[in-house]
Amino acid sequence: MKHLIAVLTAVVLAAIAAGATAQISIVIDEGNRDATPIAIVPFARQGTGFPQEDLAEIVDGDLARSGQFLPVARTDMLSRPSTESEVFFRDWSAINVRYLLIGRESMNGPQLRVDYELFDVISQKKVFSGYEAGPVSDARMLAHRIADEIYEHLTGVRGAFATKLLYISVTRNPGGKDYSRLTMSDSDGARPIVLLETQEPLLAPTWSPDGKDIAYVSFETGRPAIYRQELATGRRQQLTNFKGLNGAPAWSPDGKTMAMTLSKDGNPDIYLMDLATKQLTQIVRHYAIDTEPTWMPDGQSLLFTSDRGGKPQIYRYDLRTGKTDRVTHEGSYNARARVSQDGRSVVMVHQQDGRFQIAVLDLVTNRLTPLTSTELDESPSIAPNGSMVLYATKYAERGILAAVAVDGDAKFRLPAREGDVREPAWSPYLSR
Amino acid sequence: MKYLSAGKTVALLFAAALLVACSGSDTTEQDEAAAAAAAAAAAAHSAQQAASAAEMARLEEAAAAVGNVFYFEYDSSTLTPEALSAVNAHIALLHRNTENIRLEGHTDERGTREYNMALGERRANSVRDYMVANGISSMRIETISYGEERPVAYGSGEANWAENRRIELKPQ
Repeated sequence: MKHLIAVLTAVVLAAIAAGATAQISIVIDEGNRDATPIAIVPFARQGTGFPQEDLAEIVDGDLARSGQFLPVARTDMLSRPSTESEVFFRDWSAINVRYLLIGRESMNGPQLRVDYELFDVISQKKVFSGYEAGPVSDARMLAHRIADEIYEHLTGVRGAFATKLLYISVTRNPGGKDYSRLTMSDSDGARPIVLLETQEPLLAPTWSPDGKDIAYVSFETGRPAIYRQELATGRRQQLTNFKGLNGAPAWSPDGKTMAMTLSKDGNPDIYLMDLATKQLTQIVRHYAIDTEPTWMPDGQSLLFTSDRGGKPQIYRYDLRTGKTDRVTHEGSYNARARVSQDGRSVVMVHQQDGRFQIAVLDLVTNRLTPLTSTELDESPSIAPNGSMVLYATKYAERGILAAVAVDGDAKFRLPAREGDVREPAWSPYLSR
Repeated sequence: MKYLSAGKTVALLFAAALLVACSGSDTTEQDEAAAAAAAAAAAAHSAQQAASAAEMARLEEAAAAVGNVFYFEYDSSTLTPEALSAVNAHIALLHRNTENIRLEGHTDERGTREYNMALGERRANSVRDYMVANGISSMRIETISYGEERPVAYGSGEANWAENRRIELKPQ
């Protein structure tokens, strides 16, 4: 019966999805000065049944957002080849392009196939060729996968465009309760789907390491509780219902345990829940505020925020030794850490000169570097390849999402068409 | 009779016994004295009731006058002096009524959301603890934190932030 209710809820939620959505679009503020010029020629099409989407434009947008590539405008292209024999390198060297991508789309029933080739304009050689195929309804994802391939071939780093985002959007309702929506979109903000809508607060959305489940905090019963939701079925499970805080869920890297903040024993402490047995273990106990746990990629220790020293700072709890040590020392406020997959970079909310900015701490050199210069930046989330940090900020009195390259060079904004958008959570790599 | 509870039955029987006892007396003096005493008692009782009602009205008015929202300094769970006297007015009222209350903790938008959730709880707890220390049963007080999720003033800047750093006292 419980499952039936959960499935029905999901159906209702899917119906909501068709209506109000907070679509976000991209504005690039700053690219890398050394960005590589690349030409992405519109893909050739023969036949009928093609998707509305312009796949080459999606690839173009992905590479531009990374800040590492500078796609040339179509109006500057002197020719529009779609096969190797149509490529004249002088057309591209004349407009100072370094790389050239061409492609061809074909339909086989409901299946779309894109064959593509990448050329090095300077050496006048083909770098590689490949293809992507899938249902026409997933055309955007095929384009993101092509962008991933190109990114990886040219930078040596795995691409993270074929990923998803979770975020919370809030529509203000003056005189009444605001509407909160948990939304999932593609990494470029396209195809938003509302997973949950309520007039009570929603926060802390997070991904399971395999990208198949999400967890979040919802006040829909009038009190905070942690929920787990399976994306494929919409099936929901309430994981906690304790007195006081039920917050900050964080999946362990092996997916078996969830770290969380509970204040059921008097004040906020960090607990681990075994997701198979629902058994709780308290790992951090202190009369101060302890919250915002996040796992180191090896699963052997967790970072968390504590004000045990008077002001919020990041601490590390080692599961093997049971010892806690302080990680941040610079600044009067460092909170809500997220760690890169290589375990080296910790991004966090850092207060400097009264402003809340996103900063990155290199755990090897111990150097802390601010990445943003706006005033109310929060909720940093790192792309699975470690290249970009997505975060929430304010722009023109509205909550928006923005991203910055971990090296600080590139920035872009994802403003919502309506409402306030916040608490982005970048998915892990997703299996096909 | 069968509709009366056991308690009521006993009370009725007792009243009947009293009536029988009184009917045995035939002196008018006794009757007059009894009537006078009864009248005096009734007057005293209604005076006391009136005084009590007046006192309740005064306490309710005092609590209404200070409002049900108490404010805090930034990143602090210590009540401002104004907030403290406002809470005192509610404590005085809670000593006289039997209502259960809910304390909702809120913060401004600065700082992280989950830390603010904890800060809102700390604020609600500090008001609860103060009430309990002043004789209000903890069983009558429910606390909840909304962190920065339920602002009353949407904009940024100290004037808005100060409005949002608050505890709201509500009936349960």
